[in-house]
Amino acid sequence: MTKKISILIVDDEESVRDSLYNWFIEDGYRVECAENARIALSMLENESFDIILADIKMPGMDGLEMLRRIKLLKSDSIVIVMTAFATVDTAVQALKNGAFDYVTKPFDPDDLSHLIRNASTQIALTEENENLKKKVVSLENVEDLIGKSEPIKKVLKDIESVAQSNSSVVITGESGTGKELVARAIHSNSPRKFFPLVSVHCGALTESLLESELFGHEKGAFTGAMYNRKGRFEMADNGTIFLDEIATISSKMQIDLLRVLESKTFVRVGGNKEISSDFRVICATNRDLKSMVEKGTFREDLFYRLNVVNIYVPPLRERKEDIPFLVEYFIKKYCTSMNRPPETIDSAALTRLEEFDYPGNVRELENMIERAIVIGNGKKITLKDLPLEKTVYSNSIESLDDLEKTHILQILNKYGWNISRAAKALKVDRVTLYNKISKYGLKPSV
Amino acid sequence: MDLQNITLIPFGYFEDDFLKDIAEAVNHEFLFSVNIREGHLDLSEFYDPGRRQYNGTKLLKEVDSMYSSDSNKTMGLFSVDLFIPILTYIFGQAFLNGRSGIASHYRLSNERYGIVSDNKFVSDRFKKEVIHELGHTFGLVHCHISTCVMRASTYVEDIDQKSANLCISCRKEFNSKL
Repeated sequence: MTKKISILIVDDEESVRDSLYNWFIEDGYRVECAENARIALSMLENESFDIILADIKMPGMDGLEMLRRIKLLKSDSIVIVMTAFATVDTAVQALKNGAFDYVTKPFDPDDLSHLIRNASTQIALTEENENLKKKVVSLENVEDLIGKSEPIKKVLKDIESVAQSNSSVVITGESGTGKELVARAIHSNSPRKFFPLVSVHCGALTESLLESELFGHEKGAFTGAMYNRKGRFEMADNGTIFLDEIATISSKMQIDLLRVLESKTFVRVGGNKEISSDFRVICATNRDLKSMVEKGTFREDLFYRLNVVNIYVPPLRERKEDIPFLVEYFIKKYCTSMNRPPETIDSAALTRLEEFDYPGNVRELENMIERAIVIGNGKKITLKDLPLEKTVYSNSIESLDDLEKTHILQILNKYGWNISRAAKALKVDRVTLYNKISKYGLKPSV
Repeated sequence: MDLQNITLIPFGYFEDDFLKDIAEAVNHEFLFSVNIREGHLDLSEFYDPGRRQYNGTKLLKEVDSMYSSDSNKTMGLFSVDLFIPILTYIFGQAFLNGRSGIASHYRLSNERYGIVSDNKFVSDRFKKEVIHELGHTFGLVHCHISTCVMRASTYVEDIDQKSANLCISCRKEFNSKL
């Protein structure tokens, strides 16, 4: 027994309370007694018991009513009801109300031992289940949101503060920043975590397809609708629905969505039965919804309904200090998935990765690492494995001088700082190249 | 603990040799001197005609108030069928960490279960039950070790399975309480 099981005995007869009390105390349990349902309920408000053994027939509130109230207080309580006057009706009613077992007084000592042993097994299993769930959650939680920078810490803090609530969330940020990961983290830290997280990529579907996707359809609703189909809102019952690229939905869908969010009810396409579903909405967009509202392309009422909480996921260029952690994470991830021994990255390659601006954000960095592992030597990622030269024109370049400097540096690196070959590639003479190197203060990277 | 001895109080007729055997076993297990003192109770007051059994809870309280003292552990020995209100029968009962306990050999004999009578069995089982209940008065709770005398027994077969001795951990617990 890992912990001392606690038992609450509820019976109006003192002799029953006493005898059960003594019996359980000798068994090493923690035991408390209550002489009626009201006392028991007030005890349960302040203290929790693993097992509640309650008589059905008591003056005032009877055991069945008490059972119902205990279940409202704590639905997983183990309540065993006892009665001296067994009838099938009361037994059925007790079990329907959620009783763990039903026994007739007096019972054999062996029956009592079995009863408590079964209840203890149930408690142990529930506890084990809870622990396993905690472990699963901690594995899935936020481990994909890599980084130690202040911007990513703020995102994690935002996730923590909104996860437990039921509020709608809009996640904003550029493409590839990890908005869906944030949505997953919110869901897996919320009380809805054991129900589905249903994702819908609104931008990938036409208006009619999206309607059918979200609300479901009845057989024959349109050509090809051969069977009834559940919509995503229905599938997300008790869970979370993640609407990605929410800014792309049509004005008609905006109205429909607003109505569903307000009433939590909808009708399948081609159907007439109202279906209700309890879901939480998380949306994501890479566009500025507020300016869309100002321009009249996104409904203001829907915006306020969705945007209860806003989480901004910063682009990778705003949290460059996270790049080494991300690189390490992606190397590990792809080496594992490709069944390769763990690889490393040389410092020049890492420095180059840190200098890059990533218009495609974390997704772009991830793709680069995946590619480098595929084409590399299987031991160390080096500069030549990185496709940076093709995407050098990053966002920070504004002037022609910047562009020239970056391009020359790239070509020099490409030819290992062989001036003749680099000059030939740039179609300038060597003197001009030396002048440019001096002008821009270029140096070979270590 | 200022305990001086353990007192066994038979209520009703018990053979001297039978009682001597029990006393020796108790003395061997707890290393306290064991007295045997005759007790007198009008058992009809504790009889429940509806159940045709004797109320163990009431008997225990009576033994505790009439025969116990703080310097003694007192065991009432009975030969009648005992019950507590919630259970159909009991072999014995005691106050945990208290001064007294009771035990009955009524349900310990083979013939109650359709087996050939054997007094040796009754004596062995009763010793174990008396030691078990006394163990409770010393604060010991039920033990999971199958051979430990403090293991809970709901059938006579369970009693036969265990020994008349405390296991190492119960012995440790017992010593710590002295």
